[in-house]
Amino acid sequence: MDFISILSIFVLACFVGYYVVWSVTPALHTPLMSVTNAISSVIVVGALIAAAAAGSPSSKWLGLVAVALASVNIFGGFAVTQRMLSMYKKRERKDA
Amino acid sequence: MPEAAHAQPSWVLLAYLISGICFILALRGLSSPESSRRGNWTGMLGMAIAIGTTLAVHEIASLPEIVGAMAIGGGIGLVTARKIQMTAMPQLVAAFHSLVGMAAVLVGAAAYLNPEAFGIAARITPTFGPSIVSILPVSRVEMGLGVAIGAITFSGSVIAFLKLNGNMSGKPILLPLRHLINLGTLAAILALIAYFTTDQSHWVFFTIAGLSFVIGFLLIIPIGGADMPVVISMLNSYSGWAAAAMGFTLHNSAMIITGALVGSSGAILSYIMCKAMNRSFISVIAGGFGGDAVAGGAAAAIDRPYKRGSAEDAAFLMSQADQVIIVPGYGMAVSQAQHALREMADLLKKEGVRVKYAIHPVAGRMPGHMNVLLAEANVPYDEVFELEDINSEFAQTDVAFVIGANDVTNPAAKTHKSSPIYGMPVLDVEKARTVLFVKRSMGGVGYAGVDNELFYRDNTMMLLADAKKMVEEIVKNLG
Repeated sequence: MDFISILSIFVLACFVGYYVVWSVTPALHTPLMSVTNAISSVIVVGALIAAAAAGSPSSKWLGLVAVALASVNIFGGFAVTQRMLSMYKKRERKDA
Repeated sequence: MPEAAHAQPSWVLLAYLISGICFILALRGLSSPESSRRGNWTGMLGMAIAIGTTLAVHEIASLPEIVGAMAIGGGIGLVTARKIQMTAMPQLVAAFHSLVGMAAVLVGAAAYLNPEAFGIAARITPTFGPSIVSILPVSRVEMGLGVAIGAITFSGSVIAFLKLNGNMSGKPILLPLRHLINLGTLAAILALIAYFTTDQSHWVFFTIAGLSFVIGFLLIIPIGGADMPVVISMLNSYSGWAAAAMGFTLHNSAMIITGALVGSSGAILSYIMCKAMNRSFISVIAGGFGGDAVAGGAAAAIDRPYKRGSAEDAAFLMSQADQVIIVPGYGMAVSQAQHALREMADLLKKEGVRVKYAIHPVAGRMPGHMNVLLAEANVPYDEVFELEDINSEFAQTDVAFVIGANDVTNPAAKTHKSSPIYGMPVLDVEKARTVLFVKRSMGGVGYAGVDNELFYRDNTMMLLADAKKMVEEIVKNLG
């Protein structure tokens, strides 16, 4: 991909982000932060490339540490979001 | 032809795009609690696709190590997620931000040390001498920015974590000439990134990283406790931009889409928080607002007369009411009073009282903090209202029960032009027939360090005790 197509993706994604985030209900702003935290760990992709590549041992170890750090975030972030979201309940209907 | 190094099979590009779309849907799901859980699963799916694709297209020289690293990290993450108390969410989120920042720095450093693995280098073989690996100039800028933002996110989040966790005072630390130092450091970082395009030697790269760690630290230490909800949203945004910059370096659409989403999400949350405090983003960054809840300005107006009530009075007043609105704040979180509060509300509902909750956007230490705590205590979310939806109802309400909130109820924000919180939208609790105000003692002031004239009004009754103990007492008197 050339720079311009990457830039286009980025700019359009910023707009998507703008509209999607404004539609998030304020009651769920804390889960929003924890889930954005989890998804920003997609940086693990870069860490995996570094960790998988042969050639530079120091690069490999930096990659492995980054994989571990990002994994804390991925698993922790999604799990804590799930835990929070499962707590939001509606009022129980008495007539039901 | 250096660009060819980036060429990935089209199914790979498609897979990363799908993963990016999954993340968009994950955030879209958060528009209502019902759809949010499915959204979260979509997010997990997106992450699995991204990781799976990456592992599938690269020759893996070290699979056991990678699996080990993921197991260790994942294990720590899962245990933390299960054990963490909901009141400690702000600290946890700050800690998670710091990890994203650090991971970005490490990935940047790895890409710098082994650029060929990332397909961002050209091997130049001169007629004489050994061949040189030259990182593409565009990639150098992207890499430099990614590492700088990552490092700022890391050290800034560490400070935010220490402040939120109470390891460090919430008081702003104001260095002399700090604006000059900060601007100078930022300018130096940008200049070095520009220079990095012409000289890829180690010292340039590592100075960029080092200075960025320093500036992250310097940027957050002057910001006071009152502005923590903004800081944590801002760092959220930074962690996104760091991921996006790394996505540019690696030409990875999943990372770019995610980075843009997270970046705008954090920016919007910062904007909402700033607006809810009537503060400009610049003045928050400049810092110096608000210290510890107990410190500072304590001597103000201690002699003014006020009405003090007991748990019995409170129980009687509320059981006679048609409608009670509960206004929770950070103090409720500190004393873990949310469960007792729910019990109290249940008893009141049995007596035929309508109970609602009113939440100010900056109540607590992070956006939405109070909503999570109430949800944890099994308060149905349709009884919980945002400021603009409930503010008009206070006038027809018999009792406003303020627990652990202070500045967000201060009528001075509407009337006193000289007040530091003037112009901040506040909950009109004083319009209720009676205000019950739970507070530890008359001495302390809120985070903004201003006295609250609400305490001395005729229709206010002060309930001076620890929030949880007071609510438990009221529950006893209601039962």
